[in-house]
Amino acid sequence: MEHSKTLLLVGGTSDIGRATALHYAQAGWQVQLAARNEEDARRNADDIRSRTGAEVTVHRIDILETGAFESFVDTLSTLPDTVVCVVGELGDQARGQSDISHASLVLRTNFEGPALLLGLLAERFLARGSGTLVGVSSVAGDRGRGSNYLYGAAKAGFTAFLSGLRNRLAPKGLRVVTVKPGFVRTQMTAGMKLPPVLTAEPCEVGRAIFTAAEKSGRDVIYVRPIWRPVMMVIGTIPERFFKRLRL
Amino acid sequence: MTELSGWGRYPRHPSETLTPPSPKALSSLMASRTGLVARGNGRAYGDAAIGERVTLVARGLDRIRAFDPATGRIQVEAGVLLSDLLDTMVPKGFFPPVVPGTKLVTIGGMIASDIHGKNHHRDGGFGDHVESLTLALPDGSIIICSRDENSELLLATIGGMGLTGTILDATFRLRPIETGWMRQTTTVARNLDGAIHALQATSRATYSVAWIDCLARGASMGRSLVFAAEHATHRDLEALQPGGEPYPSSKLGRLGVPLDLPSFTLNRLSVSAFNELYFRAGAVKSGYPFLVHWNPYFFPLDGIGNWNRIYGRRGFLQYQCVIPTAQAQAVLGGILERISKHGNASFLAVLKQLGQSHGDLSFPLEGFTLTLDLPVSDDVFPLLDELDRMVVEAGGRLYLAKDARQSPATFEAGYPGLPRFRDLRRAIGATGRISSRLSARLGI
Repeated sequence: MEHSKTLLLVGGTSDIGRATALHYAQAGWQVQLAARNEEDARRNADDIRSRTGAEVTVHRIDILETGAFESFVDTLSTLPDTVVCVVGELGDQARGQSDISHASLVLRTNFEGPALLLGLLAERFLARGSGTLVGVSSVAGDRGRGSNYLYGAAKAGFTAFLSGLRNRLAPKGLRVVTVKPGFVRTQMTAGMKLPPVLTAEPCEVGRAIFTAAEKSGRDVIYVRPIWRPVMMVIGTIPERFFKRLRL
Repeated sequence: MTELSGWGRYPRHPSETLTPPSPKALSSLMASRTGLVARGNGRAYGDAAIGERVTLVARGLDRIRAFDPATGRIQVEAGVLLSDLLDTMVPKGFFPPVVPGTKLVTIGGMIASDIHGKNHHRDGGFGDHVESLTLALPDGSIIICSRDENSELLLATIGGMGLTGTILDATFRLRPIETGWMRQTTTVARNLDGAIHALQATSRATYSVAWIDCLARGASMGRSLVFAAEHATHRDLEALQPGGEPYPSSKLGRLGVPLDLPSFTLNRLSVSAFNELYFRAGAVKSGYPFLVHWNPYFFPLDGIGNWNRIYGRRGFLQYQCVIPTAQAQAVLGGILERISKHGNASFLAVLKQLGQSHGDLSFPLEGFTLTLDLPVSDDVFPLLDELDRMVVEAGGRLYLAKDARQSPATFEAGYPGLPRFRDLRRAIGATGRISSRLSARLGI
């Protein structure tokens, strides 16, 4: 039998991370689950192992401790075939407007940390000559809105980073996939009123990520296709009208 | 504050509702709040899973923690849905030791209600299969209860309606199966006497249950279809459906649905016509075994989403009693007769044989259990009070997971383990701290 492939899932305690890792494990992959809270990551690792029989390991990472990224990658027993980074922090826009440290947390968690980590792994993948990098960005990064532009700006930066990385790595045969989930029913959105048609379940996101990264070869995906026209319309509204909308 | 109700949509009470994401978060809420009870998927019919002040929804505790395919031993968090466990484990050749009539329940709820299945006469309740569980006590501390360790607390927690603490996880063994099919045999019983005898005659079958046509009267009162079944082996599959898929998907299995309830308005005429058809369709199949998917055999109503709404806005009551074997025929006959005289009668009833149980407040005892649905109306309450008196007199009792209205006196008469249960609650500091609308109503 072919040697089974390895997924590194960064953000292994989130609902999307759990669902994505489970999907890979069901397809026969080994899973490295990386998260800040090891106890919660272990719950998910146990769950995935029990359900699939896959080998699942837990690794500690804090996305804000960028100085520890190199040793984090060095201590992985296997350099993964695919890395999926689902780390994200919606934060509190209103608070971030007056609290610089909170604003910094949102920007660094959604942009700096994920970009630097994927950038580091990209170099390792290049050296090996293979690998797929998947970044979970957001539709919020497609256009800044008054209600969440800190989060949106960080995600816009991450989207641009992924696009640039893809542009650089494509000739070398390495893949970079940008995922824009839209609304997802998770702990992050618990209690929000979300339109059902636009809202995906975490398992849908997991399936969509696996399909894009390992099967279809698509570069940028919206989990629910309806988001593509929705964001296109939002993108084409002239700024002089857009700025007056309450979004 | 949210308005909460059970599956019967009666009664409704306001409660603060919290959904902790982990066992740790749940146990720390236990320490900081009072007047609380845990809730799983809200399938208890009455007021069992509504906290007096706070309701802790355990659905965030949905991880499987360990599984050993060599022994079938599994450890799951309390909020794991039975449907999730089935979807995950049946294709691997494993089945839970006991399942209730719906798969939309949590494992924690199954233990707290000590649920019984169609195999209670042989295999006991779900609680009998629990090897150990982790319990968060009223002060938030966490202890392990097993047959050797804190066994008193284990037996109080099994069937204890969440009133001894909150179950965080449990360990039990799944049984190996060879296929996802059931080999079913249907027998027609002409009346209640025939149904009881048929259930006794099929008591060597792993699973058996009788569906009673409540609209049949006079000499055919209690007319039933008795469904006995085994997990089909490879040989059964070869014999009855050569080349068949051993683990068919649930969709495929839907083709073999043995029962479909009408979604149109229930009235005597329509129900009577439906029962006639249903009974005849079942009777045609009687006498020889056939294969049916596990899903419709065990969970016929789960295919119809929100079937609890067909009884209208006021909700409905599910009346489930158990009567000791010696008196079963006479008392259940009396109950059916009163029900059928009542204008707004239940149209289908379920009859099952039960064995002993071991939790302090577990429902089953050696005898027969009858289950009826009745829409809430002003005149249904006096009728059920009358039935309660018959049940108590016969030494029977009512199932707490279904109950929304019995009196404290009826409850106390039926549950001799109650004083011990109360003492234990006092000893662990649960009295007053852990309380549901059910425990307040019944003075537990």
